[in-house]
Amino acid sequence: MSQTEFKPVLLGRVGRPDSQSLASYRADGGYEALAKALKMANTEVIDVVKNSGLRGRGGAGFPTGLKWTFLPKDVNGPIYLCINGDESEPGTFNNRVLIEEDPHQVLEGIVISSFATRSTTAYFYLRYEYGRCYRTLQKAVDEMYANNLLGKNILGSGYDLDIYLHRGACAYICGEETGLIESLEGKRAWPRIKPPFPAIEGAFRRPTVVNNVETMACIPHILKHGTEWFQSMGIPKDPNNPRDAGSYGPKLYCISGHVNKPGLVELPMGITARDLIDKHGGGVWKGRQAKAVIPGGLSMGFMTNAELDTPLDFNGPGRVGCLGLGTAAVVVIDDHTSMVDVLYNACRFFAHESCGQCTPCREGTAWSTKILERIRDGRGKLSDIDLLLEIANSIGTIPGTTICGLADGAAWPIKTGINKFRGEFEEYIKSGRRSQSHALAGAH
Amino acid sequence: MSELSDNAKQTIAEHLPRYPSKQAVTLPALHVVQQERGCVSNKAMEEIAAILELSPAQIHDTASFYGFFRTEDNPLGQKRIWVCRSLPCMLRGGEELLAALCEKYGIAPGETTPDGKLTIELAECLGACDGAPCILLEDELHLRCSLEDVERIANEPSPPTRKV
Ligand SMILES: Cc1cc2nc3c(=O)[nH]c(=O)nc-3n(C[C@H](O)[C@H](O)[C@H](O)COP(=O)(O)O)c2cc1C
Ligand code: SF4
Ligand code: FES
Repeated sequence: MSQTEFKPVLLGRVGRPDSQSLASYRADGGYEALAKALKMANTEVIDVVKNSGLRGRGGAGFPTGLKWTFLPKDVNGPIYLCINGDESEPGTFNNRVLIEEDPHQVLEGIVISSFATRSTTAYFYLRYEYGRCYRTLQKAVDEMYANNLLGKNILGSGYDLDIYLHRGACAYICGEETGLIESLEGKRAWPRIKPPFPAIEGAFRRPTVVNNVETMACIPHILKHGTEWFQSMGIPKDPNNPRDAGSYGPKLYCISGHVNKPGLVELPMGITARDLIDKHGGGVWKGRQAKAVIPGGLSMGFMTNAELDTPLDFNGPGRVGCLGLGTAAVVVIDDHTSMVDVLYNACRFFAHESCGQCTPCREGTAWSTKILERIRDGRGKLSDIDLLLEIANSIGTIPGTTICGLADGAAWPIKTGINKFRGEFEEYIKSGRRSQSHALAGAH
Repeated sequence: MSELSDNAKQTIAEHLPRYPSKQAVTLPALHVVQQERGCVSNKAMEEIAAILELSPAQIHDTASFYGFFRTEDNPLGQKRIWVCRSLPCMLRGGEELLAALCEKYGIAPGETTPDGKLTIELAECLGACDGAPCILLEDELHLRCSLEDVERIANEPSPPTRKV
């Protein structure tokens, strides 16, 4: 399917009058997929999702159906589904738009996924800042209870499910799946050492699946239109790489930073960063050029202008030395911006958000920030550049030095920023220049 | 006298059946108390702990992990405005906006104006980078904000306000 004939799927109802209401969702065929799924065996639903090739949209790209099969076969007692709506990766806002504009699409995906995973309670963990999402979701959930789409004996199927909204408290680490679980349990959001993985021992020490909001939104469409339809979009498996699971389906791309039209667009997976910026983001603002582009949220690192023809599928960013597709949040940085300021901002973010459990992460993120502060203050040394690289290469290896992926994510902006823009850092340090940026001194 | 309002107690009671452990009601309880009072006092933590059958230290441990909750010696003003300073907002003036706002009100991020009306916070990515620079008023996002926009929002007499 070419990019031009693509009709939005996940954003298909955005802008329709009253798009949040159950009545309008149903008028557009909403909850037909649920009715269909409830007539199937739960394992059949898992097979459909598995065969579709859907990979999680929360950042790691793990195959969704496969994750569901990790739940133990014979379980006495509850299984939980946790929806990850903590969305805090800088550049990322697709969950917010999905929930605000079309909450029932997400909720239908949750009911189907709960049924497939034999969960009878789903916790929707939502970052606190999304107050409007919270109220929109609560209203939608209430409508569902009133219409036999939640609660006991859903649509006469004999299946029972409750969905509870659980609000976070402004911490990025609650997006990491075991940090989320700890936070849900009422504790500090300290990620857990894995294994055991959540499928075996998750929320309340019970088998648990954690899935992203966009992943949930894909589910009803897969049930309705089938796996072939889903695989007609995107980039197929690489035949030379037996471990590649392909990049199928529609994807939401968040565009922000120095473009004329920041916003959310939906396209088949695999558009190039350049086309995304020029055709969908209105081009780089002020007639400037892009100096660096983040392909999928801050933790993925930077691509250079010369790398912009990279396709944004699960494999593309990795081929140009970035961590991966991440959340497909594309942040554009123009050629008037100092990479020293950009990297400082990135390091400060991770230092601020590190939960502090693991020494390499806690110390490494704090020291990289301090070194960049010194460089920005005109007191940097050329040796600081390699020191930053050494920190980046040491802090984030899992399994090994840290419990979760935050440290690894913190390392990629440093690695790619310095390796790809080294000359700019050297020149900055040699000139003894001080930053023009207004970052409040000491405000960590 | 009880530190928790009837509303807070009722919210906690409503949440209890939703979870297999009482401890899971910690965040909902902290939220309702702070929303009403602008902080979570030590006494409130003790009372929450009693209802959830935990030690007050467990409530404090969780509350203090999230920079979100305020202690009684550092309560929120009537309005809390967060200004985003993460990269996509920084690229479009977020840090300048935060600095200008702080200068305008004569306070640093995290502080409250002496009249108790406004608390300014720095935020990391608020999930609204399409509207950079953006701010959060309590739990409502406001996109594409100039200094004038934020001042207008800060001066609006309307709720949300807290009894402080
Ligand atoms: C530091 C960190 C933060 C994360 N934040 C989020 C997040 O905000 N939302 C999300 O869905 N996944 C986030 N993840 C990924 C989750 O751990 C998990 O992989 C994901 O929720 C699984 O859902 P999916 O398979 O549907 O993608 C984060 C991971 C790390 C290491
Ligand atoms: S890697 Fe960092 S954020 Fe993750 S658990 Fe360790 S200290 Fe916490
Ligand atoms: S960086 Fe400000 S909302 Fe994302």
